[in-house]
Amino acid sequence: MAGGDLYGVFIEVSIEDAVASDAAIAAKLEEVCPVDIFAVVDGKATVVAENTDECVLCGLCIEAAPSGGVTVRKLYDDTILE
Amino acid sequence: MRFYEFESRKIVELAGIPVTEYGFCKTADEAKAAAERIGGPVVVKSQVLTGGRMKAGGVKFADSPEEAAALAEEILQLEINGHIPRGVLVDPKAQVKQEYYAGVVWDGTAKRPLMLFSDMGGIDIEEVAEKHPDHVGRGHVSNLLPISDYEAKKVIAATGVTGSQLNRATPVLARLARLFRDNDMTLAEINPLAELEDGSFVALDAHMEMEDEAKGRQKRLLEGELSIEPEDTREPYEPSEFERSVKAIDSADHRGVIQGKDHGFEGNLGLVIGAGGGSLTLTDAVRSQGGKPANYSEIGGNPSVAKACGLAKEVLGKEGVEKIAVMMSIVSNTRVDIVARGVIKACLELDKDPAETIAIFRIPGAWEEEGFKILDKYGVEYCDRSVSMWEAAGRAVAKIQGAEA
Ligand code: SF4
Repeated sequence: MAGGDLYGVFIEVSIEDAVASDAAIAAKLEEVCPVDIFAVVDGKATVVAENTDECVLCGLCIEAAPSGGVTVRKLYDDTILE
Repeated sequence: MRFYEFESRKIVELAGIPVTEYGFCKTADEAKAAAERIGGPVVVKSQVLTGGRMKAGGVKFADSPEEAAALAEEILQLEINGHIPRGVLVDPKAQVKQEYYAGVVWDGTAKRPLMLFSDMGGIDIEEVAEKHPDHVGRGHVSNLLPISDYEAKKVIAATGVTGSQLNRATPVLARLARLFRDNDMTLAEINPLAELEDGSFVALDAHMEMEDEAKGRQKRLLEGELSIEPEDTREPYEPSEFERSVKAIDSADHRGVIQGKDHGFEGNLGLVIGAGGGSLTLTDAVRSQGGKPANYSEIGGNPSVAKACGLAKEVLGKEGVEKIAVMMSIVSNTRVDIVARGVIKACLELDKDPAETIAIFRIPGAWEEEGFKILDKYGVEYCDRSVSMWEAAGRAVAKIQGAEA
């Protein structure tokens, strides 16, 4: 099928640098996200861009990180998941 | 799952029910050899999973092996109701004294197998039941307890059959009931069950259907005894590229389920539809209101965005598709916002405007408010459960007809 794959059309996920570098939190983020949006690469939490639109807005990553450490933004109404 | 007659014959034979000597053949030469082995006049029957073989010229009689070969050649080329024959069955032309009917069906109301017997075989059993109800015997059997010959005998005796005929037909019906249960059949029929001139009983034709869900646990029969490949779909036609692609997308991702069919569909309105019988209702609703569906589909079980997107892209990629209608009955576990993301993404990835491409989005249910926000952002027309499936389908048809005008 023709047409390129687009990522991050609906959801944008970001991690504060300090949070991403915390090995324990990074591992936790990878573990809690049900749709594999986080992966630990070289001991750091990274966002798997091709999976971000699968975000089910469960908020588990936000709970797993210190306040403000992870941001999940809904691009279609420009709000942030609390 | 339906079985070809030659497979049904084998299943009957494995259950210890006498059958005439027969040959399943894929070529004219094999048919000739089978006719030589059988000896005497034979009947050559097309092996297709559809009715009306006789009328269509798929069943013919031959007096010699040479004639059997010529007829097989002809029948092997003959398409019946769109079905290409898997082969031909060569059978002896039996000297029949009387034809009977023996069958076992699943009685969904009683939730037990139901044995049926009639002394008027060779014709449609429903017709016999309607016109000659006293010639049809019936009796349920247990799902768990052993099936005794006596239960079968009572059913047969109810039709007035007595004496040696009763004694000889009894094990046939009892074995049929056991094979029905042991092999998870939904239908097991021998019609006609023939009493030959020498008084013996043989199955001249058999028809079996197995519960689809049982395929996994019936591997011994399917793959072992009948050599049926696991990927044998029993479809009468080769799956289209669309069908294969949808299946591949479905298999690659365990989240949710999608199915797509486009055999016999040539319309311009693509359908991304599903949920609890919704697909059939919605396809009918589109057709009944003058719409021309480009495909049939089923989506549900909480698919991922990627899966919904994959299905929508395949539908949109079909030749002639101008718009898609995304509709379901009411969803509980499937999330409206996830499907909305998927179908919109499909449009964007194909450089299409979602507002123009999605004729209507009607999926009421879980997370619909979130879904509506997404649809609002892209200007897609949507509706909630206050708009019936019929009305939503009508709106999609009106939109595409408006675009045609
Ligand atoms: S909200 Fe849930 S699904 Fe989304 S990124 Fe966080 S953990 Fe993953």
